[in-house]
Amino acid sequence: MRLDLLAALNAERAARRACVVVTELESGAQRLVGLDRVDADPLAGPIREALAARRSRLVGEGAKRAFLAVELPPPRMLVIGAVHISQALAPMARLTGFDLTIIDPRTAFATPERFGDVRVIAEWPEVALPAYGLDPFTALVALTHDPKVDEPALVAALKAGCFYVGALGSRRTHAKRGERLQAAGLSPDVIGRIHAPIGIDIGAASPAEIAVAVLAEVIRALRSGAAHAEGVAA
Amino acid sequence: MDVTESDVLAAAERWRREGRGVALATVLETWGSAPRPVGSRLVIDADGNFLGSVSGGCVEGAVVGEAADVIASGTPRTLEFGVADETAWKVGLSCGGKIAVFVERVD
Repeated sequence: MRLDLLAALNAERAARRACVVVTELESGAQRLVGLDRVDADPLAGPIREALAARRSRLVGEGAKRAFLAVELPPPRMLVIGAVHISQALAPMARLTGFDLTIIDPRTAFATPERFGDVRVIAEWPEVALPAYGLDPFTALVALTHDPKVDEPALVAALKAGCFYVGALGSRRTHAKRGERLQAAGLSPDVIGRIHAPIGIDIGAASPAEIAVAVLAEVIRALRSGAAHAEGVAA
Repeated sequence: MDVTESDVLAAAERWRREGRGVALATVLETWGSAPRPVGSRLVIDADGNFLGSVSGGCVEGAVVGEAADVIASGTPRTLEFGVADETAWKVGLSCGGKIAVFVERVD
């Protein structure tokens, strides 16, 4: 790989843009294909498929054999609510490779004493989200239980095409939440993307166990690939 | 914490800019049970320092050895490891899987 191509690839990753590195295996020729250049590429079709599936792959035969390396931005997790579940979730999410941030406007919760070196932003989601920049490679986990805090973030995450959107709350709480979101103009299909009650069903009882259930559900969404690929192929 | 793909690619660029000889290994294909998915990467320098992984530690040693040749010659090569292969038997993909790894120099 040429150093300039490698530098361009690292720049794309830093800017959180998906791209594909095409390597023609026989000649060794390589090119970086950004999302804006997919249509003009000779391998446009296979590249689009690989991006949609979020999977690197070999294509073609013989002299035309090429490797399509799908380069996706590193996954992030944005947690709304500096609550007990978040305290347990933060170290586990980091361990599994997520770049984690917590937002909670309630300054009594969002303290360094409770979260150490975890990035905690003591602001309302409406204030903090524009700078944070939600994208399809981000999971949004809403845990405050407070509609005023959770719901603006849920709406923003659904609009941004986050690969996972989950919200704490019972079925009844979520049904009411759904009514409010629908009244706010979201379609039932879009609202249906919210994972609620949050987390896979392992009978979690403590905050730490709920954190395990949530993290498992986020990882499943990340690894099941094509679940929500519009943001990648756009 | 896991070494991420970003860490590996950033190290490849940084090491090369420091003037080191650098090779990048990428998993091209897997068959059966394989510990790391297609696209996983390992960066290696001329002294055999490496970061990242292409298997669960089973074939990294062999890839690092081949990388030295690739850094010297500049010619990329594709390595295959699997249970049917004499060498692979030695380095041991005990999971019973098979993988192909592309090794190229960073120029």
